[in-house]
Order: sequence, then C-alpha cells, then structure tokens
Amino acid sequence: MHLGVSESMRECEYSQISTRSSTPMETPYKKKTSKKRKWEIFPGRNKFYCGGRIMMAKQTGVFYLTLVLILVTCGLFFTFDCPFLALQLTPVIPVIGGVLFLFVLGTLLRTSFSDPGVLPRATPDEAADLERQIDVANGSTGYRPPPRTKEVVINGQTVKLKYCFTCKIFRPPRASHCSLCDNCVDRFDHHCPWVGNCVGKRNYRFFYMFILSLSFLTIFIFAFVITHIILRSHRNGFLNALKDSPASVLEVVVCFFSVWSIVGLSGFHTYLISSNQTTNEDIKGSWSSKRGKDNYNPYSHGNIFTNCCAALCGPLPPSLIDRRGFVQSDTPQLAPPTNGITMYGATQSQQSHMFSMESKPIVSDTETERLPPHPSSSSRAASQ
Amino acid sequence: MQGLVPTATDGNMATEFHNLQELRHSASLANKVFIQRDYTEGTTCKFQTKFPSELESRIERTLFEDTVKTLNNYYAEAEKIGGQSYLEGCLACATAYLIFLCMETRYEKVLKKIAKYIQEQNEKIYAPRGLLITDPIERGMRVIEISIYEDRGSSGSSSGSSSVSGSTAR
Repeated sequence: MHLGVSESMRECEYSQISTRSSTPMETPYKKKTSKKRKWEIFPGRNKFYCGGRIMMAKQTGVFYLTLVLILVTCGLFFTFDCPFLALQLTPVIPVIGGVLFLFVLGTLLRTSFSDPGVLPRATPDEAADLERQIDVANGSTGYRPPPRTKEVVINGQTVKLKYCFTCKIFRPPRASHCSLCDNCVDRFDHHCPWVGNCVGKRNYRFFYMFILSLSFLTIFIFAFVITHIILRSHRNGFLNALKDSPASVLEVVVCFFSVWSIVGLSGFHTYLISSNQTTNEDIKGSWSSKRGKDNYNPYSHGNIFTNCCAALCGPLPPSLIDRRGFVQSDTPQLAPPTNGITMYGATQSQQSHMFSMESKPIVSDTETERLPPHPSSSSRAASQ
Repeated sequence: MQGLVPTATDGNMATEFHNLQELRHSASLANKVFIQRDYTEGTTCKFQTKFPSELESRIERTLFEDTVKTLNNYYAEAEKIGGQSYLEGCLACATAYLIFLCMETRYEKVLKKIAKYIQEQNEKIYAPRGLLITDPIERGMRVIEISIYEDRGSSGSSSGSSSVSGSTAR
C-alpha cells in the first residue's frame, strides 16, 4: 500500500513532466530513482542493514568483540556454573542471570542499531540561504572567511553555535559532529567503539541501561562464580575445584577486569545524567565553575531527580533521517543565484557531495534536471 | 527504533503542489524563506515567530504568527516531560522497548497531528496565497521552509482535477 501511494504520486508527476517540455532523457531515469531508499544515498559514513532498519558506524570490529565477550562469558556461566549453583543453592540464580543477560543483550543491540540522533544535512536551498546570510553579515571579504559562529542566549547563559562545514548547518546546541561517522549528532555524548555507534539523544538511555545492567551482570557472575569455586573447594579442595570447572577461571578473569571499567563508567554516566551534561561537555568543561563565576548549565532542570527522569523516561524523539523513505528528486529547487555571491562549491558539486558516491545515476539524473531546458527561463517549475 | 517518519506527507506535498498548479496555471517557484529555530528556552523544538520580510506582501502577519505558534505548541506537547511521558518511558523500559513494535510513541502521534495541521493550513491559507509550508520534520526539524510561488497566471477556480495540466507556453 505504501508503494502504491508513491507510485500514484509518480504518475501525477509524469503527466506534469510531459507537459512541461523537459528533455525526454529524464523520463527513463525516473523509474530507477523511485526505487531507491534514502539510506542508500545517505552521505554519512554509516553502514545499514536489513533494508535501512539497522544503522551502525563504519568500524564494527570492537562491537563484535563486545558481543563475543558477553556471549561467551554468559554461555560459560550458564553451562558450567549454573547447574551446580541451581542444585546447591537455588534455581533462582540462573533465572536472574538469564533475565539480566537478555536485558543486557537487548539494550546493547538497541544502542548499536538505532539512529543516535543524526541531523540530516542541509538541502541546497537551505545551505544557499545560510551562506547568503553569513556573507551579508561578514561583508564577503577575504579569501578564507573566519570560522562561523552564532551566539544564542539559552536560559540566561550565552552559548556559541558553530557552523558545520560538512553538513552546512549551524549546529543546534549540544550537537556535535562525529568525525568517525561524518554526521552531526544531536546531544552528542561520544562515539563508542564498543557499541559500534555514536551515543546521542536517541540512544543515550539505551546506552546507560546497557552499562548499568552490564555492571550488575558482571558483578553477579563474578560473585556467583567465586561462590561456586568456594563451595566446590569445601568439598574437594581448591585445586580440584579449579580443575573440575576450568571455565570459571576464565569467567573470573574477564569479570574482574570488566568490573572496574564498566562500574566506573556507570558511575560516571550516572553523574552526567544527574547533572544533565554530555560526556563532550564534561570533557571540555563547558559548564564548569572554573570557567567563570556565572557559568552554569542552562539545560539542567534544577534537581537530580528531574534530570534523571528527563534523560531516561523522557519522550523519545523520532529519527530525522527517514532511512526507509523513498528518495524524492522532485522537490522544486531554486535557480542558482546570479548575483555574484561566491558559494562554497557550485550547487552541482553540493548536490554530488550530498548524495554519496554510490548513487551515480542519481547524481547525473539531478544534474540533468538542474540544467535549465531554456537558458532564458530564470525560475523553475517542478524539476523532475 | 526505525525512522517512522511517514512518507505520506511527501505524497501530500506533491498533491498540494498539484493543486497549486491547478490554481495558478504556470506558478513557478520564486523564493524560499526559512524560519529558523528559537533556542532561547533550551533545546526543545521551537521556531522563531519573527515575521520574514519576504512574506510581507503575501500574507498577513497574524496568520503567519498563528501558524508558527500553533506548531510550537504542538512540539511542546510532544516533548513535554510529565506524568504520561514517564509512564510511557517506564512501561517501555519494563518491556525492553518491545512495546514500540505495536504502539506508537506520543511524539509520533503528535507528529501525525502536525502533518495534518500543516496540510490543512496549506490548503486553506497558504496555497491560495501562492505559498507552501514544508513540514519541519522533512528538514531535520531545523527550519520551517516556506516556498513562495510567483503569481504568473490567473488564479482560476480550484474545481476539477485534470491529470494533464495545461501546457505552459515557455
């Protein structure tokens, strides 16, 4: 049904095109472009799976390591330690372990696979409009203009918004450009290689739940494996106990080293959440009182409880990049300005920058469309 | 989890544009105005209500401000942190976020309302004046894009939906 809507929409545009005396070359390309989804031409350095439903960073090696560590450690725990513990102590132990394990896995996958809050790049018209405003402000002097910033006052605190040269937008407050993924991400926390994705507005709560539940899981496994070994040692002696259950040694080692880092990280993020800061802001010391007497965090709600609730139970914003939507090359474009203002890159190269290298047919398609059929026409109708 | 922005809006936009073409035989895009975000109250979605100079001759200030204020109210409603959002958040966490496979988040519900509102505004107020509002969700919630069309032909009656629009003598 979804496809039907877009196809009937295409038919309308077909008849529009044919009456507008465009080059006949354009119509054969239309069918090709209507099949493409937006994730296929996404300009950032991300990988997409399952038809655009899953979105990850380019380097995912460490993520697989995380997954293997968790699966192997838990697998060994359930196979070698749980039978003994269930019999000797209580069967509740494997149940709790199972629940924790599933929760950890669920939150990990949710963090890794979801859109962290990527801001889509500016459309050519938006970029042109911004450039015009900036040139007017700067006076368009000089070969290399200074970096562009805009100041806003948020809740009494002056915040500088930076212009992103890659995405051609003024970054909203708390957004930052991830150089690994080549995207601007809203409420950018950090890029986590363990999770294989950026951590931003949309997946921060999953990330926090992941490290929190992983801390509990690690401590849980550590504690019960030690218990297992101690109970066995009472029976058979310590060395025999180790020989009977060698997997436990591996588990203890993994958990011991993980506990310090993960529990530490959970504590750090608990502090960040309660003060409503991002890792980025904390590292830069944006709201630290060391910067100035009047420096405070304008985003904080005032008390710890509200900050935590807002971060973890607040509304989940939708994805702005619409990965599964179909590419629309029919939005009307303004003619390039002819008033002599220099633009960074011609509109055509902007277009090719926006659409990634894989989509060569689209680039040539839109480039054909952008060439005005009649040089005398100064405005353009529905360019197809 | 996945981007659930409905593409029906795109269909609506094309339909709107189609109606616009019928209203004015040879309307063509003259300019685009971008209403930027207002960050003075934080990162919640809010747009500036400053009336752009390019629209001065096209639409009354009050109508424009009403539209933007209503949109701001919708976004505030979507992002409101209160009892209902906490309930939704806790329930989602308890079900390991699987509940979103069957249920829509409140934000998504409000976005649908916004899409309907924008379409209604376009039909009633903006299209007759040769303007077209683009849903901010299609521009990454950064701007409200208002397309200004040149008034070339006569503004004919809006009846009849001919699939083959009149050819424009270019």
